[in-house]
Amino acid sequence: MTSSVQRKRDRKKNLTYMLFLLPGLVYLVINNYVPMMGVFIAFKNIDYVKGIFKSDWIGLENFRFLFRTKDALVMTRNTLLYNLVFIIAGTIFAVFVAILLCELGEKLSARLFQSALILPYLLSWVIISYIVFAFLSSDTGYINKAVLEPAGKGFVNWYGEPFYWIFILIFVFLWKSTGYQSIVYMANIAGIDSSIKEAARIDGANKLQEIRYVVLPLLRPTVVIMTLMAIGRIFYSDFGLFFQVPMDSGALYPATQTVDTYVYRGLMKLNDIGMASAAGLYQSVVGFILVLLSNLAVKKADPDNALF
Amino acid sequence: MERKINSEKAFHRFAFVILLILAVICIMPILLIVIASFTDEHTLLGDGYRFFPAQLSTMAYDYLWKQSSMMIRAYGISILVTVLGTVLSIILSTLFAYPLSRKDFKYRNFFSFFIFFTMLFSGGIVPSYMMWSRVFHIKDTIWALVIPTYLMSAFNVLLIRNFYSNNVPDALVEAARIDGASEFRIFGRVMLPLSVPVIATVGLFTGLSYWNDWINGLYYINDPELYSIQNLLIRLMNNIQYLNSGAAAGALSGGVTALPSASVRMAIAVVGVIPVVLAYPFLQKYLIRGTVIGAVKG
Repeated sequence: MTSSVQRKRDRKKNLTYMLFLLPGLVYLVINNYVPMMGVFIAFKNIDYVKGIFKSDWIGLENFRFLFRTKDALVMTRNTLLYNLVFIIAGTIFAVFVAILLCELGEKLSARLFQSALILPYLLSWVIISYIVFAFLSSDTGYINKAVLEPAGKGFVNWYGEPFYWIFILIFVFLWKSTGYQSIVYMANIAGIDSSIKEAARIDGANKLQEIRYVVLPLLRPTVVIMTLMAIGRIFYSDFGLFFQVPMDSGALYPATQTVDTYVYRGLMKLNDIGMASAAGLYQSVVGFILVLLSNLAVKKADPDNALF
Repeated sequence: MERKINSEKAFHRFAFVILLILAVICIMPILLIVIASFTDEHTLLGDGYRFFPAQLSTMAYDYLWKQSSMMIRAYGISILVTVLGTVLSIILSTLFAYPLSRKDFKYRNFFSFFIFFTMLFSGGIVPSYMMWSRVFHIKDTIWALVIPTYLMSAFNVLLIRNFYSNNVPDALVEAARIDGASEFRIFGRVMLPLSVPVIATVGLFTGLSYWNDWINGLYYINDPELYSIQNLLIRLMNNIQYLNSGAAAGALSGGVTALPSASVRMAIAVVGVIPVVLAYPFLQKYLIRGTVIGAVKG
């Protein structure tokens, strides 16, 4: 008797809980799960006259076309190499800045510096593209007019020379994200037991030795975790950085084309749904495998930090 | 001993100098567009962007203030989208997180995984775009700026769930239940008031991502009447002539000749950043808090 009352109450409670979930579930199904099912588009020859569902199945034809082009190689190479540089340089800069900020400690200057360093992170890519334009515009840009002209050098057509953008994009990335990324490492350094540093100092370690033999080894686990998680995202690029900052300039594609910009251009500019959806699925699948692998690695390194 | 103290002092000074340089590198580029917006149009076009322009002018802002209903409209759209998106997002996320934090909810693991999986796998933009534009006909409506992608983030929901389970004692919920409170009442009267800190964190960052978003507009908005400030800026950059064009004429209330277009563009960019700067002290505080929470338990 009591158990049936109990069961009834439980059922009612679980139902109430389901009501809480309902609005979010509807959104997640529509926004996330339906598009997951929608990857079948990549195996079709989409013809709007016939409709998405009635378009012809063409198997792997889209993929065969995609990987026969040079684009597939360029976008894969760019996405992977930029991310690799971002991970390595980003980590070095973030750790460096975190150590310096911690050295200044609680001083007002430290807080002001940190505010200045984090500010770029909060700007939209559109605003950043304006800032970059102010520097690089060929007829009014700061670099051409205020630096190169007085030095007697000729103008550089920045938005037409892909080579420079390898460095520009890396610089802009570091400029925007270093301050933000250093926060995690700062929290770590602040958490180091001061008696350890004290002990090192008594043993005669100078500042650099203290950093080398105390701080860096203690930061290692966090660096490893953050790096592995970043590797899980290595097949995704920041669309704003690669599309908006170079102003979608066609001449720069060799240096700025990534999987994300390719998908956008295929879908919206070239109206080539076959290629765009094939590239999109390529990214989803490789990205998924990389996330799983990186999580496996995180789990080995430090089970507490594994996502699942 | 003295040498060591000297070396510590030297390192301290080194840290100060390097950080000063880095801080200047971070701020100066932003300053350049602020200065450009206060530069006389002819000076800007003749001398280019300068930190110390020969001729300053507030023309660009006068123009914005008096003439540009286009800018004011875009600003209004951005505010509307930010408020609407943030409020809806908080409602959906706090509601969704609540059952996931209750140990007596039978399916909590299943639904935790249901939302978590969206962090691992995504169908990508192509099917998503097809669905929103062809099934829901969201193109050129205000909803295109609010609904796709940003309304719910798994990361935020899991952050709120963790906050509920770590900071709201079970005993409190039990007590309310014994007092005869319904689940909805417990949620509204116990859970929400106790989770103001996490709601503030999530809310600020959701607000920031709506204010800064231009990608939804890029995909779904062609109608200039629905441009957010970010999309207006993209349009102005792509087409300097846009200010003079027929498409803008309807949105402009004043004369269309001799617009100070270069400095006005920069002024719009500056005005577009002002809300972010105003919210900056809060953003920084919660950014640091949120990152630390996120890092401790990813």
